Amino acid sequence: MSDTTQDGQVLTTQDGRPLKAALGRALFREKLRAFLLVAPLLIFILITFVAPIIDMLHRSVENSIVEETLPKTVVALQEWDPGSGEVPDEAVFAALYDDMVVAVDKKTHTRLGSRLNYEQSGISSLFRKTGRRIKRMDEGEPLKDQFLAADKKWGDVTTWQVLKQFSPAYTGGYFLNAFDAKLGPEGVELKPADERIYLFLFGRTLFLSIVITLSCLLLGYPIAFLLAALPLRTSNLLMILVLLPFWTSLLVRTSAWKVLLQQQGVINDFLVWINLISDSGRLVMINNQTGTIIAMTHILLPFMILPLYSVMKTISPTYVRAAKSLGANDWTAFWRVYFPQSVPGIGAGAVLVFILSIGYYITPELVGGTSGIFISNRIAYHISSSLNWGLAAALGTLLLVAVLVLFVVYDKIVGIDNVKLG
Amino acid sequence: MKLKTVILAGTALAFAGSAALATDLTLVSWGGAYQSSQKNAYTDPYSAENPDVTVIWDESSAEAVAKLRAMNEAGNITWDLVDVVASDAIRLCDEGLAMEINPDTDLAAAPDGTPASEDFGDLLVSECFIPQIVYSTTFGYRSDIDEWGGKEPTEICDIFDLETFPGKRSLEKRPINNMEWALLCDGVPKEDVYTVLETEEGQDRAFKKLDSIKDNVVWWSAGAETPQLLADKEVVIGSTYNGRLFALIEEQKQPVKMLWDAQVFDLDGWIIPAGLPEDRLAEVKKLVMYATDTQRLADQAKYISYGPARKSSAPLVGKHASLGIDMAPHMPTDPNNAKNTFLYNYEWWADYRDDIDAKFQAWLAQ
Repeated sequence: MSDTTQDGQVLTTQDGRPLKAALGRALFREKLRAFLLVAPLLIFILITFVAPIIDMLHRSVENSIVEETLPKTVVALQEWDPGSGEVPDEAVFAALYDDMVVAVDKKTHTRLGSRLNYEQSGISSLFRKTGRRIKRMDEGEPLKDQFLAADKKWGDVTTWQVLKQFSPAYTGGYFLNAFDAKLGPEGVELKPADERIYLFLFGRTLFLSIVITLSCLLLGYPIAFLLAALPLRTSNLLMILVLLPFWTSLLVRTSAWKVLLQQQGVINDFLVWINLISDSGRLVMINNQTGTIIAMTHILLPFMILPLYSVMKTISPTYVRAAKSLGANDWTAFWRVYFPQSVPGIGAGAVLVFILSIGYYITPELVGGTSGIFISNRIAYHISSSLNWGLAAALGTLLLVAVLVLFVVYDKIVGIDNVKLG
Repeated sequence: MKLKTVILAGTALAFAGSAALATDLTLVSWGGAYQSSQKNAYTDPYSAENPDVTVIWDESSAEAVAKLRAMNEAGNITWDLVDVVASDAIRLCDEGLAMEINPDTDLAAAPDGTPASEDFGDLLVSECFIPQIVYSTTFGYRSDIDEWGGKEPTEICDIFDLETFPGKRSLEKRPINNMEWALLCDGVPKEDVYTVLETEEGQDRAFKKLDSIKDNVVWWSAGAETPQLLADKEVVIGSTYNGRLFALIEEQKQPVKMLWDAQVFDLDGWIIPAGLPEDRLAEVKKLVMYATDTQRLADQAKYISYGPARKSSAPLVGKHASLGIDMAPHMPTDPNNAKNTFLYNYEWWADYRDDIDAKFQAWLAQ
């Protein structure tokens, strides 16, 4: 292809402009129009989705509070060797005094105290107590002794090590925490076994999400099959039965499961009544993993059935008929002909259910007891109760990364183009 | 032309006038029976006296700390007065999200002239905290359990006695209170509980004690769960806020009784968010002055069984507004109920909460 004719003349449009430029302009106009059409959505997503995620990623490493609250101390501490095992000298305490006077005036010292308390228990009250004493301290006298008199924790090397470790404006501390690790004297080490929780919870979240996805698939596949196979009038009725719980409030459905599953609940009562179990041997089906799996499978089932149904609807019944006419029995016709065509629906449903369940929060909180809660419950705790937003952000980031990695793995194994919503 | 100007100016003035007259105050509380007791005792009479003030309720107290921090970061405080428990008030004060108050100028003196700082006394646990009520976390048990052979739990350690009192218990899904109870029942004297709990060994000791009943515990996170579990006979003993148990026993007439032994006192009250504009702050202060005076705090006890935070309110506590029963015997502070009480150590928990909570969650997950 070339934009010149054989004798070297430039091709032009009727009004004499070069064809290339005219085409380019037309294409540009088209692109611009397309872009303007999607612009509102793009801006919306940037503001409500991308920006908060970037903010969250930033929060998980951001740590400027120490530098901002105690600027002089941070500088003075650069000389100090945390491995020396000795408390810093008078110069550092003098810097600390200057910083604290300003911080107490601005009431930021307690905020720093609660930040550092995440790393070392007791620092919160150390700053609060020192803040109350700072006005009574005498600048002319040795300040180190006065600080030690205000609280003996100032004489503890660990306090200073924490302060020094967290003085840079960015920290990996939250991520270490999220991995159940900490920075010890010999580098990164795992926390003591009785404090490890997050890796375990991540594992459990993944495991339960997989179990929930599989049970949704097992229960949803036959229903979707039936929906696609039945005549329209009956399948519409069935469809309403599928959608009805979908339209019911999540909390109502979760509470209903409580009523059904608890030990004095409907199912146990019935089993005792038909003498299948004894009154003392009532089954424990709620406030544990079983409860979470049952309730969440029920809640997420429509997300499996709907994509499956819309894919199955497009599979022409003639294929199965053709297979049978060629001698396949029912099972072979289903397994070799029908099932492969429904795989894109399974892919879409499974990804949808899995991603929804991995971030689920309210149902595990209500019916999960202690063995059925997810990592999201801990994230919620750190957001709303402990106010450790940095750790919550780090946990959230890890969850996001885990989902993305799984997505890539899924793409490698099944292929992302093999997902269809209809 | 002239007429138009006059009309325009008139409307503008009318708008400005109405804006200056009507005040909307957004109060944040816990919802449910507690919030309606506040509405009945504080804001309804206040609005009756000040018709220009409209009170808007928001039921966000459970997430108040996180939301206030988010509002502060966004620079747009939409709340005027927030009801929080004392530990949250301390946290908010530490974070600079709540305003410091001066009890003697911001709060009304008692009718006999005692200044507010003395009338509230030790309950002013933080510079930002305006106490309203004393509540307690305590136990309720079913009184119709056949397996117990007529025996009823009388002291806190019966919780850990699975032989005499078999059955499930419900405990709150957090270390606070549970750790203290466990140590008390492991033989630690009351005054040493927090010094013991500060050590690694002490924490292990508490977990070991809790281990003995772990398989028989249903863990709750919302105050309404224990009453529901007791009513359904899902648990036989459970901890919750005393007001919830009062409603279960006296209003819903369930066969449940109170176990007041080693009840843990806690406080609930108001904080004023930091950074309110002057005009709104003035309105809020007016409401606070009214809503925390001696009579108003006593009035609240007509609707819910929580003890007023002022000493001067105690003698004024009367009968329940609709049930007509005497409220005094249902107060956690009543001498008969308060024979053995435990005081929540705010300062200590502010320091150790993060650490012990991580351990507690790990212990729960094991």
